[in-house]
Amino acid sequence: MPTPPSLFQRLSVLAQAFQSVMSYLTRRLAALVPTFFGITVISFMVMHLAPGEPMSLQADFNPKMTPEMRERLRAQYGLDQPLYVQYWQWLKGLAVLDLGRSFAPDRRPVWEKIRERLPVTLLINALSIGLILLVAIPLGVAAAVRHNSLFDQAATVTVFVFYAAPAFWVALLLMLFFGVHLGWLPISGLQSLVGFETMPWWSKMADRALHLVLPVGVSALGGLAGMSRYTRASMLEVLRQDYITTARAKGLPERAVVYRHALRNALLPLITILGLSLPGLIGGSVIFESLFAIPGIGQLMWSSVMARDYPVLMGNLVIVSVLTLLGNLLADIGYALADPRIRTGQQGE
Amino acid sequence: MSRVALRSFIQAAGGGARPLWWGRFWKNPLAVWGLGIVGTLAIVALLAEWLVPYDPQAIDTWHILEPPSADHWLGTDVLGRDCLSRLIFGARISLLVGLVAVGLATAIGTGLGAAAGFYGGWLDVFIMRLVDVMLCFPTIFLIMAVIAFLEPSIWNIMAVIGLTGWMGVARLVRAEFLTLREREFVMAARISGASNARIVFSHILPNAAAPILVAATLGVGGAILTESALSFLGIGVQPPDPSWGNMLTEGKDNLAIAWWLSVFPGLAILFTVLGYNLLGEGLRDALDPRIRSG
Repeated sequence: MPTPPSLFQRLSVLAQAFQSVMSYLTRRLAALVPTFFGITVISFMVMHLAPGEPMSLQADFNPKMTPEMRERLRAQYGLDQPLYVQYWQWLKGLAVLDLGRSFAPDRRPVWEKIRERLPVTLLINALSIGLILLVAIPLGVAAAVRHNSLFDQAATVTVFVFYAAPAFWVALLLMLFFGVHLGWLPISGLQSLVGFETMPWWSKMADRALHLVLPVGVSALGGLAGMSRYTRASMLEVLRQDYITTARAKGLPERAVVYRHALRNALLPLITILGLSLPGLIGGSVIFESLFAIPGIGQLMWSSVMARDYPVLMGNLVIVSVLTLLGNLLADIGYALADPRIRTGQQGE
Repeated sequence: MSRVALRSFIQAAGGGARPLWWGRFWKNPLAVWGLGIVGTLAIVALLAEWLVPYDPQAIDTWHILEPPSADHWLGTDVLGRDCLSRLIFGARISLLVGLVAVGLATAIGTGLGAAAGFYGGWLDVFIMRLVDVMLCFPTIFLIMAVIAFLEPSIWNIMAVIGLTGWMGVARLVRAEFLTLREREFVMAARISGASNARIVFSHILPNAAAPILVAATLGVGGAILTESALSFLGIGVQPPDPSWGNMLTEGKDNLAIAWWLSVFPGLAILFTVLGYNLLGEGLRDALDPRIRSG
């Protein structure tokens, strides 16, 4: 019998794990810098190389606009400077979250507009990620365990259908059924328009929750199909491994084999997949926020496209992609904490 | 591409081993269903003029918002136009956008991926970094930002979807090139004095054709979904041109009174995307049994 490790040994193992995770993360963080730089360059280029100057909408439709006034307006927004100067100015502003002012009549700072809308979008996306994991993982595991059974095939077909269905159409049908036909769920806004202020706090919470059911459900749908598919594939891969056969041969109950031995390893790649699916999820906000009239970042994007409000567009684009970048970083951290190969500093890459 | 290259491209896509992958493909019922859906849609789109019962633009104020009937199988819309006829012409637009956008994305992705994988070095680092950056943008945000400054024409939509959808293909082609360029037959070609262009176009690329074809087929479904979402939001194909996406916008506006406006265009998108996805998965299983999804 080996002696149990002393406290000192345990602590040194822990310290070593911490050190390897940190060195892994440092490398990942270093890789973020050029990516962030690239995001800013592309966001900037999209706006400035597009045909038609950002100003032209304001200028072209103003009958009193003289060439001198146009020049003055261009100078006011710095558009008469060379591109690299404009880029540098914009980048300096970005560093302190000064994204300029909206072209809309209210002239409010862009960051203020984004900041007040970000929490709603993040809340809905977080809830739908939770829902995706809660449903997709058990579904994928069940399909993999009963590989090629009737259940597996039914799940596969369902997933294929949902994967092909446009999210906004499913949303329309759900609105039609639950909102219009049955009248069970509200189909617009974040809270009731009438009587919300006079409700006791628990009714307010319930009212808010009811309003979130359809948007969260709809935004989860697309990811649900993909995620359960990946879980199934990942589980199948792991269940084929020799150590699973060993575990079974030892006489472990199937439950222990599946949940303790297989699932833990099968979940690892899913962390990365989840990180990669973030842009799609956030992108979906544009659609369901405009459908359900939710005042989030997607709706802001849509209305700024309609109004050609280019400072807001550019700010939105850069903020959303930086958020995605941070989401990917979180996924990396999760991966590093979950993967013993990285924890012990033995990763292959 | 030279004739030799074209022949080897066809061979790589299965021509040389026809009995093997051809048989595998036809034995897979889901793949055959996919091909059936895709083929039917192509025929419908090509023959739209002869198939439609009514002119898709013809306004008939006496028959506004009629539910499905013997005269109008899928009902009529707010202007009394026949929904079935609009759906059929919408197929043409959706397929055109999907195919052209994916063609563009595949061309860009193959070019950049091949350059990165073949030359390596700083070019590889630069291109792959660009891929990472592009993947950080939620595609629809990027597309919307670009579209805000363009005329919302169907050609611009195709171009923008194509320009924002090449990253997956680029990664795939790069990976193929990285493994293929080390193989003996490439070495042999190099020793016998073949130029870089010849090695790339007639030796490596044909061998990477199968995964590119699979990725492109799977990509069409995604592009059609994107187009319909953009048209639904009012920044894609503009009325009065019928697109399944902008037909659904009308459905949304009349949700409580005309369910048929919301149901059928969505079903059309669903079946089209399903068809391309099934075909793509079927091709993958048939062309490359190593990565069979099981």
